[in-house]
Amino acid sequence: MSETTATLYEQLGGEAAVNAAVDIFYRKVLSDHRINRFFDHTDMDKQAAKQKAFLTMAFGGPNNYSGADMRQAHAHLVKKLGLDDSHFDAVVENLAMTLQELNVPQALIQQVAAIAETTRNDVLGR
Amino acid sequence: MQTRKISVGQRELGCRPGESVLDALLREQVEIAYGCRQGACQSCIARSLDGAPPAAAQAGLKDVLRHQNHFLACLCYPERDMAIGIGSPEQRFCQATVTGKQLLNAETLLLTLHTDQSLDYCAGQFVNLKRGDGLQRSYSIANNRVHARNLTFHIRRLAGGRFSAWAHDELKLGDLLEVSDPQGLCYYLPSGQPGNLLLIGTGSGLAPLAGIVSEALHHDHAGQIHLYHGSREMDGLYWVEEMRGLAAQHANFHYTPCVSRGDAPDGVASGRANDVAMKQLPDLKGWRVYLCGHPDMVQQSKRQAFLNGAKFDDIYADAFHVASATLD
Ligand SMILES: Cc1cc2nc3c(=O)[nH]c(=O)nc-3n(C[C@H](O)[C@H](O)[C@H](O)COP(=O)(O)OP(=O)(O)OC[C@H]3O[C@@H](n4cnc5c(N)ncnc54)[C@H](O)[C@@H]3O)c2cc1C
Ligand code: FES
Repeated sequence: MSETTATLYEQLGGEAAVNAAVDIFYRKVLSDHRINRFFDHTDMDKQAAKQKAFLTMAFGGPNNYSGADMRQAHAHLVKKLGLDDSHFDAVVENLAMTLQELNVPQALIQQVAAIAETTRNDVLGR
Repeated sequence: MQTRKISVGQRELGCRPGESVLDALLREQVEIAYGCRQGACQSCIARSLDGAPPAAAQAGLKDVLRHQNHFLACLCYPERDMAIGIGSPEQRFCQATVTGKQLLNAETLLLTLHTDQSLDYCAGQFVNLKRGDGLQRSYSIANNRVHARNLTFHIRRLAGGRFSAWAHDELKLGDLLEVSDPQGLCYYLPSGQPGNLLLIGTGSGLAPLAGIVSEALHHDHAGQIHLYHGSREMDGLYWVEEMRGLAAQHANFHYTPCVSRGDAPDGVASGRANDVAMKQLPDLKGWRVYLCGHPDMVQQSKRQAFLNGAKFDDIYADAFHVASATLD
């Protein structure tokens, strides 16, 4: 392994990587029967922008996500549709599969998953 | 490098060398949404009002947004003074005279207006029509750009609809209406890539799609063009013979009328237009998709088209949301 000071976001390929990943990721999420009902009534345009912001964050890129935003955005899903750990796990799994498809090294995928993990309690309103 | 002047609304501010427009706006406490500051989230979108913005500031934007000089403030390092807009711009209106009224079917009116100035629009866009008392509604332009001052609209009568029923019953030849600047991002760019096009419309959603088809054929569009027009029953369809005629003339244009209820006669598909289309065209990789009409159809088709392989940026849609009774 070569010594590098590049951030995770840079190592993954920055904005270009987010763009490459977002279509694949969102396609997986919408085709995943465990979780796609959470997206039944969302506007695709707004949702695609949110997926992009989420990936940017998970890739260690610049973002302004606050825990409170995350809570607020998911509160109705938790309350009305029973969003729980199993669904969160499914999203993280789709994220990892997306990165595998893009040939991202396993070590980096683990870092991305770890960042996504930090949002779990906020997303699930705990 | 020097400080450039940025005009936004009533204000003027300086954008310093090496500073992005977003940073300049934030420094001066102008309200603008932003997220990543890196061109990823597109929340800082703004529009140049005096010519093209720097190309680098348009990275990743949809072609129609680039075409309308939108840019991302966080990626914009101005090369000149700029006038910009954030948020939605004020509407401008011009005058128009009613020059034609004709029924396309029992519920759909073909309305022709002659405007007092030529409008710079793209096939597929819509305008707001405003009558004397100020009531306004959005209607899509149904013709191509060849007729810059004669605009046609397909207005479907809604029972009790204030504008639509009035346009059907009371509006007369020679009456005046106001027409807003063309709006919306669901349109065909002749300069766009030559790939295949899929167009799905329900009811009067055929209006913008017919405009797009005629514009595309006018420009000898190189790819295949598939149009699906759906209604519940046969009497909700219109221009069936016209579209069949067009398909007979152009080898790359394909037309499928669809009815979702009752028996479908020969040459008409049975089922919802979007379901029929998605079944017949399971692989939409590289296609551009246009969706107009009922909001539920539009929302559902966006997802279907995406899952069939269309890129999100290649899906253009206008949902014909009906203005609610309490909105004005
Ligand atoms: C981008 C865009 C493009 C569009 N393009 C087209 C087009 O090309 N062609 C087209 O035909 N339409 C189009 N529309 C829809 C159009 O703008 C109008 O919304 C539509 O014509 C209805 O307007 P209206 O004034 O007739 O009905 P409204 O008066 O707004 O009434 C809407 C509905 O509510 C019902 N309603 C009204 N008042 C009440 C009440 N007090 N209680 C209960 N129900 C009530 C009416 O019966 C009617 O069904 C478009 C919409 C958008 C957003
Ligand atoms: S702030 Fe995210 S694109 Fe500009």
